[in-house]
Amino acid sequence: MKEIVIISGKGGTGKTSLTAAFAVLGGNDVVVADCDVDAADMHLLLQPDFNYSDDFYSGELAYIEQADCIRCGKCKDVCRFDAISVKLNRFTIDPMNCEGCGYCARICPAHCIRNKSRLAGKWYISNIRTGSIMVHARLGIGADNSGKLVAKVKDEAKGIAIEEQKEFVLIDGSPGIGCPVVSSLSGASFVVLVTEPSVSGLHDLKRVYELVKKFKIRAACIINKADINLVKCAEIEQFLAEEGIVHLADLPYDENFTKAMTQGQTIVEYDDGLLKDLVTDSWEKVKRLVREE
Amino acid sequence: MTSQKPLKIAIASGKGGTGKTTLSTNLAAFIAEQQEVVLVDLDVEEPNSGLFLNGEMIHEEFNYKMTPQWDESKCTVCGICRKVCNFHAIIQLGPSILVFPELCHSCYACSELCTVDALPMVPKKTGILKEFSSGNLHFIESRLDIGEEQAVPTIAKTKKYAIGKFPDAQFTLFDSPPGTSCPMMEVIKDVDFVILVTEPTPFGLHDLSLAVETIRAYKKPCGVVINRYGIGNNDVIEYCQNENIPILAKIANSREIAELYSSGKLIYRTIPEVKVALNEILDYCLNNVEGGNK
Amino acid sequence: MKIAFTSSGTTWESIIDPRFGRTEYIVIFDEESQELSAVDNSSVKNEAHGAGTATSQRVFELSPDVLITGNGPGDNASTALKHLKMKILVNAHDLTLRQAYEKYKNGELKEV
Repeated sequence: MKEIVIISGKGGTGKTSLTAAFAVLGGNDVVVADCDVDAADMHLLLQPDFNYSDDFYSGELAYIEQADCIRCGKCKDVCRFDAISVKLNRFTIDPMNCEGCGYCARICPAHCIRNKSRLAGKWYISNIRTGSIMVHARLGIGADNSGKLVAKVKDEAKGIAIEEQKEFVLIDGSPGIGCPVVSSLSGASFVVLVTEPSVSGLHDLKRVYELVKKFKIRAACIINKADINLVKCAEIEQFLAEEGIVHLADLPYDENFTKAMTQGQTIVEYDDGLLKDLVTDSWEKVKRLVREE
Repeated sequence: MTSQKPLKIAIASGKGGTGKTTLSTNLAAFIAEQQEVVLVDLDVEEPNSGLFLNGEMIHEEFNYKMTPQWDESKCTVCGICRKVCNFHAIIQLGPSILVFPELCHSCYACSELCTVDALPMVPKKTGILKEFSSGNLHFIESRLDIGEEQAVPTIAKTKKYAIGKFPDAQFTLFDSPPGTSCPMMEVIKDVDFVILVTEPTPFGLHDLSLAVETIRAYKKPCGVVINRYGIGNNDVIEYCQNENIPILAKIANSREIAELYSSGKLIYRTIPEVKVALNEILDYCLNNVEGGNK
Repeated sequence: MKIAFTSSGTTWESIIDPRFGRTEYIVIFDEESQELSAVDNSSVKNEAHGAGTATSQRVFELSPDVLITGNGPGDNASTALKHLKMKILVNAHDLTLRQAYEKYKNGELKEV
């Protein structure tokens, strides 16, 4: 079982559309994991059935047992996050502000503050229309994405892949360069970078590739909307060559990506021309490269 | 334009890549043609607005947070500091205490619970704030250092800096980080109005509806700008009508816009329709948004 | 010598867990006594943040001479592990503990 992670550094490059296309091409050989939990959109293309769902807890939240509170105010004094307010001599915790540091609970002389796990969202195991399985999640309002949720989604997907003897876990990675993307990359066999030739595209590609390098994971790259700016495209190609990143394909700027999405389809189902060929060819190359690893 | 209270407006989107930064920079430059405007890039993990604006840097300062610093001479290696840290920012390796400032949330528990004062809190650099100026346009950005995980304190500080420096600016625009998690909420919690940028696609609609839920949790008024209008379908428009959310402007889908964006150019200067759209957004804000929120 | 593995299970036939901070188990093989023992790391695995440093603390307490893992520790964990006088060998993912141990004995694993 090999883990293939698709990442992009910046949003809007077509990462999720391509991941879903690979999922369709891979069919029954791949278990899909949507780790882009901040903007989890892949379900719109793969139509999961939300067969199994479970709550997801992350971090801690302080809670004051009112009956035992002696109203000494020590908790409020030590809290650096303005999370404790007092109204009518009643101390309460504002969950939006509480960082879960646990300081208040440690110093409460009446031992009436407890830390409880914070409900952060839900995660799901679904059957998808490719005949395979997808693991995905949804964060609650204002919940912080964390490496933990990404790790949870990945772990479940890996477990299923091992049990059902699937060859690949295909991961739609998290955006940015923080903890969630680190967790997306941790343990991966291969990375596919998706970028676009714009001033911010190359900038963000370089930042996220620094992380890939740290993990020493082999990488390949797809340049989407490649014909929109030939100068930037050449700069990206040069960067790929310098870093030894396999250049999989240049995809043209094409509204069929959006048209496919509007139909709830992936590009390889909607398009019957060049785009389909380029994406199919990229997936074949990825499989070959991953099998070499 | 009618003069009124200063307006603080956040420009946000549920997902990345919808044109949030494009709208922020174009709107700011457009307003600056007539009056003073402050643009604050609060996407502190990946501040990109600066790529589209020229200006002279007039101020630069480091951002800090308070983290504990181990004083070996005082330490009795009792291990309390490690046990009270919920974020695993302190470990104890035999006789040494190791602090990981990037993981520290500055709760002060280790420092204040240390019985021998061996972990005083000291400032630690977390990134850099820069201010640029070009005519009427004041541009402020903060960038987090790589490895720093907490965007929220930097966002709070950058906002405070901008408002403190330009308390009377008619327009202060905040380019918000994408998504609907804590950093985005920190941006919107004390603005007067939120402009949500979306695309008329299933992804755009899904992420828009999440962003709207978040904004409603804070009871903030909002309006939608539809970017790449003409592709996709009408579901975003129907959604806005059903939810009573005003559509401030529609910017047509065009390859030319994508090309201008890719080379870091301001779009409204070349494409008149975009200028019309910016004017519509501005008019709406001036006539319908109540300013003066603190 | 004491050898530590990041592992997905508790036996010689378990597969190496490529992750350091969020590894399922830390398995220790004591060459002197020939004993294999496992520490469940699931409580750390479930931390929202700081898994790397928390696992480093555990590894320190187990005081192995050698650590065999997959991807290699992240930034924070690397900093912590530098303070331990311990050899760290990576790229052992997809191997069972037994295979990884043999490779280590033959000097075929890469040191960070």
